[in-house]
Amino acid sequence: MIKVSKLIELKDITKTYFLEELSVPVLKGISLEIEQGDYVALMGASGSGKSTLMNILGCLDRPTSGEYLLEGEELGRASGDRRAMIRNRKIGFVFQSFNLLPRTSAIENVIMPLAYTAGGLSAAERRRRGMAALEQVGLTERAFHHPSQLSGGQQQRVAIARALVNRPPLIFADEPTGNLDSKTSIEVMEMFDSLNAEGITIILVTHSDEIANYAKRVIRVSDGLVVDGGFK
Amino acid sequence: MNFFNTIITALKALKRNPTRALLTTLGIVIGIAAVITMMEIGNGSKTSVRTTIEKMGANTGLILPGWLRRGGVAMGYGSRVSLTPADADAVGRECPSVLHYSPVVRASTQQLIFGNSNWVPQQIYGVAPEYLLIRNWRIAEGRTFTRDEVESNARVCVIGATVVRELFGNVSPIDCELRIRDVSFRVVGVLHPKGSNMMGMDEDDVLLAPWTTIRMRITGRKTGTASSTKSTPASKPSELYAATGVALFPEPEASLTTDKLLIPKFTYIDQIVFSASTPAKVKQAEKEITALLRERHRLRPMEDDDFRIRNSSDFMSMLNSTTLLMTNLLLGVALLSLIVGGVGIMNIMLVSVTERTREIGLRMAVGARSSDILKQFLVESIILCLVGGIIGILTGHGAALLVNYYLKWPIESSPGAVIAAVGVSVFVGVVFGFYPAWKASKLDPIDALRYE
Repeated sequence: MIKVSKLIELKDITKTYFLEELSVPVLKGISLEIEQGDYVALMGASGSGKSTLMNILGCLDRPTSGEYLLEGEELGRASGDRRAMIRNRKIGFVFQSFNLLPRTSAIENVIMPLAYTAGGLSAAERRRRGMAALEQVGLTERAFHHPSQLSGGQQQRVAIARALVNRPPLIFADEPTGNLDSKTSIEVMEMFDSLNAEGITIILVTHSDEIANYAKRVIRVSDGLVVDGGFK
Repeated sequence: MNFFNTIITALKALKRNPTRALLTTLGIVIGIAAVITMMEIGNGSKTSVRTTIEKMGANTGLILPGWLRRGGVAMGYGSRVSLTPADADAVGRECPSVLHYSPVVRASTQQLIFGNSNWVPQQIYGVAPEYLLIRNWRIAEGRTFTRDEVESNARVCVIGATVVRELFGNVSPIDCELRIRDVSFRVVGVLHPKGSNMMGMDEDDVLLAPWTTIRMRITGRKTGTASSTKSTPASKPSELYAATGVALFPEPEASLTTDKLLIPKFTYIDQIVFSASTPAKVKQAEKEITALLRERHRLRPMEDDDFRIRNSSDFMSMLNSTTLLMTNLLLGVALLSLIVGGVGIMNIMLVSVTERTREIGLRMAVGARSSDILKQFLVESIILCLVGGIIGILTGHGAALLVNYYLKWPIESSPGAVIAAVGVSVFVGVVFGFYPAWKASKLDPIDALRYE
């Protein structure tokens, strides 16, 4: 297999929480490489440290030590504003509980990240991009509906469109089907499949083996260490 | 995130909860409305007090001759004769702060006779026509006398309402001839009644005539009262100074008196009244007049003034300070309500931050910097306050108009207060919005996203 390019490199990442005088090591030295166009499922039991790892990978949290390179750029020690910019431009997030703004139309939800994009886009351009993202998830006709008027599956698709709107190379999905029934779960997972086919790297956090089966590669985390990073 | 986007985002966030936004601003609306109403009413009453005082003569002043000390006894103002008509003209001509001036010659306790009635008015003044302008005195009937009549020592007069009642009864006095001693005066006008002044003196019990006429035809011939000076056509140096009794100079020989040159008549006036364009300028006018008269009277720097200037600006400033006190008091109460309104804003913004914790987390996750979050919440509270301020300004102005309409209180809109109100509401928005916004911006996105 030819390595396309390394999107993510983790070098001996540790994370320790300090609770008063007690130090709680959560990640105990994780090294990982994820390539462009990969589809990874991150698995592990509660308390295994997979959420912490996910937060570090998503630039939401900083490692205590180690190096985190995204497209070759060290981000573990980057400034808050730089990390915010990276989240905006290079990472899309899909959450278990959708996290859509209430009483706000689907299109407004989708284009929300564009407001934080440096340089600024015109209102028309933002709307055009938003509509394109909604089209990609097949919700064009629901663009002006509020979240309360959409089904769970539709809401998650709006959230995916929001993650796509800035055309990031990387999408994180944290239990994306956790609040959905099995039928809509399949719809959503098929959407991730097609996105991956377009070349977007996807990192999925899940408990479920069934969902993990969609991924090309499963990384298992246990007790702060990667126990299995193999390919299927 | 540029500024325009921040405003749009803030407006959208507020639009999600319009009722709450409106109720939140209510505190500011009431506060600003109270401030505006107070300011308009306060300004209105200040202006009305000022015009009233101006009518009473706050912008006027009085120049009196100085006093003499004779044998250790100070003789009181007017005992020294030092003011001339030329001084009066110079005051009008050379002092830029002086709006009007008029010489005054007093001739009191003279009997007026008309037909078979007679009356001794409180005051008989010889003045220039400007006197009526300075005193804000209107003519009720007829006309005032003219400058030409002053120049020509015309025997015309204007009389007050009391004199009309006592001397003429119900007959119109216009064009009637009345007598002061043996000089007859034609009545050309009747003054508008003023009532009594603050000391209880009847101001309508007065006769005004050209000062030249009074000086030349009435007081010039006989000794008046202590404060009314007189002038005598002086033909001998010893007559220049009245009441000396002692020959200052050797009497000229009889042959000299027959073919001597006539020494010009000394004419003195008792007072000069003047008005400045505004009460605030009275002090300035006073300075100008002092400088001018000292120069004209050739006083050396160490010499005392041989005249005195009095004005009523003290009275004015007292009344002004009373209204100012009231306005400030009410303004203080109004500002207090603004603070209460601001605390209300802060309270709701804090609730809003807590309620929207997940939204904040989400915004951070998709790329909002802390400063973006801070700006968003700050702008939200500023918009709330500003909208509240604008509604408050309109409400306050409306309330002031209602007060004016129903209670007939004078009001005066003040652009300064409007600008201040806008400024204050933005300030309140910043001050009371900062803490919640800061709190929002310091949230950890991981915790915020997990917040239930």
